[in-house]
Amino acid sequence: MGKVFAIVVTIITIVATAIFVSHVWWLPPDVSLLGAGIDRQISETMVTSGILFVVAQLTLALFVWRFADNNDQRKIKIFPGGATPMVVGAILIVGAEILALTLVGTKIWASIYVAPADPHSLKIDVQAEQFAYYFRYPGPDGKFGALHPELIDESSGNFFGLDPAHDTAARDDIVAATLAVPVNTPILLELHSKDVNHAFYVPELRIQQDFVPGLVIPLHFTAIRLTKSEIVCTQLCGLGHYNMRAYLEVMSAEDFKKWLNDQSAQ
Amino acid sequence: MQKPGFFVLAVVFLVSSGASTRASRFTAPMVAPGSVEGIITYTGTPPKMKPIDMAKEPSCAKQHATPVMTESVGVGPGNTLEDVVVYVSAGDMGGAATQPVTYEQKGCQYIPHVAAMEVNQPLEIYTRDQTSHNIHPMAKVNAEWNRSQPPGAPPIKVTYEKPEFIPVKCNVHPWMHGYFAVLSTSHYSVSDDNGKFSLKGLPPGKYTLTAWQEKFGTQTQDVTVSSGGTAKVNFTFKATPY
Repeated sequence: MGKVFAIVVTIITIVATAIFVSHVWWLPPDVSLLGAGIDRQISETMVTSGILFVVAQLTLALFVWRFADNNDQRKIKIFPGGATPMVVGAILIVGAEILALTLVGTKIWASIYVAPADPHSLKIDVQAEQFAYYFRYPGPDGKFGALHPELIDESSGNFFGLDPAHDTAARDDIVAATLAVPVNTPILLELHSKDVNHAFYVPELRIQQDFVPGLVIPLHFTAIRLTKSEIVCTQLCGLGHYNMRAYLEVMSAEDFKKWLNDQSAQ
Repeated sequence: MQKPGFFVLAVVFLVSSGASTRASRFTAPMVAPGSVEGIITYTGTPPKMKPIDMAKEPSCAKQHATPVMTESVGVGPGNTLEDVVVYVSAGDMGGAATQPVTYEQKGCQYIPHVAAMEVNQPLEIYTRDQTSHNIHPMAKVNAEWNRSQPPGAPPIKVTYEKPEFIPVKCNVHPWMHGYFAVLSTSHYSVSDDNGKFSLKGLPPGKYTLTAWQEKFGTQTQDVTVSSGGTAKVNFTFKATPY
């Protein structure tokens, strides 16, 4: 029986490794300036933990093959007890590995989530609500109108709670259900939630960030390739969560200008 | 003996003449129902309706060649207003309406935008879409509820017991909005895309009419309906751009 188990463990190890190595299910091509760094980090993590995975599994298989049916009546070392030094050693090795991966990965993570956005970024407000996203651009005056959540009125398309009657800066604000951005331009999103927790996840941008009601959360990226990608919610936010999405359209600078003008004219 | 005999005859005569008088009242000139019609217009500048981006719901987006616009102020030719509910707020309230009112979800839109009904009149809500809806009439006076309606689900059948203007939204598609106008009369009309309304079958008499628009509020006017006649009543709302 032990030999069968050893064979099964070996097969699982080979198949699982083959799936990862051949990239059968892998991330879509990245379109973001920092995406290459993220992909490198993911690869390094996968290779390191992959080697350890293969070594550990094959060692397990080898030992099972060799010793499982061996009834030589020797006393088995257990924890706590005789196996303590081995268990402590294993915890330290695995702990050191995880700590090392964290430290190595912090740099690229921080470049997205801690480093400030480029001061010349194009600012776009994002409103997440059950079960849609809306995006706000400042309009020709370059200024965002103030937000008054009590004025939110979906029936007239006022998803952000603008007050155009009293606030001239709000009158030309552009609100769209599609996130259009110019290529090669730093973008700074400010994430607002109307109701519950949501998430902004674009696999092609390699970024994922939660919305939290009551907080304005900055998120920046630069798209370096033209694309149309899905923005999906990855926080279970209610009945229609499965259907909560919008599209990111990365356009040339000219197309973006035209798009903004079209939106403005509506 | 003569006196009592005369008395009996007199009583019989009086009763019979009284009866004939009452009968003649009932057969007096026929009373024909009248009607009221008119046009709803606005002065000033109404808010600009905005196009609705349904990209996130492709099954609905593909049903519309041009984007659907928001409908909070529906304007027609000649500064007319659509979806204004005109109803009798004082006068003969009519009978109990039993014909069901239907409300449809089609192409991620509510059709009609405003559904008027009498209290306790059956309301049937249908979905014609390939996506799930969650209809949520935000009643304050009546009981509030919200119900999911997946594609192909049977109609939701409800009634409302108290008069109320109830905003309706879809909990899945934030842009979907409409109204239930629950009225205490069976004499009501919703203005069409030329701003026209008409109330038919009104017994002659004095009435107060109320016109309601979701953004501009209500207005009232008194009107007298004559037998078989058609009274003209127009309402004009003051529109503001914001």
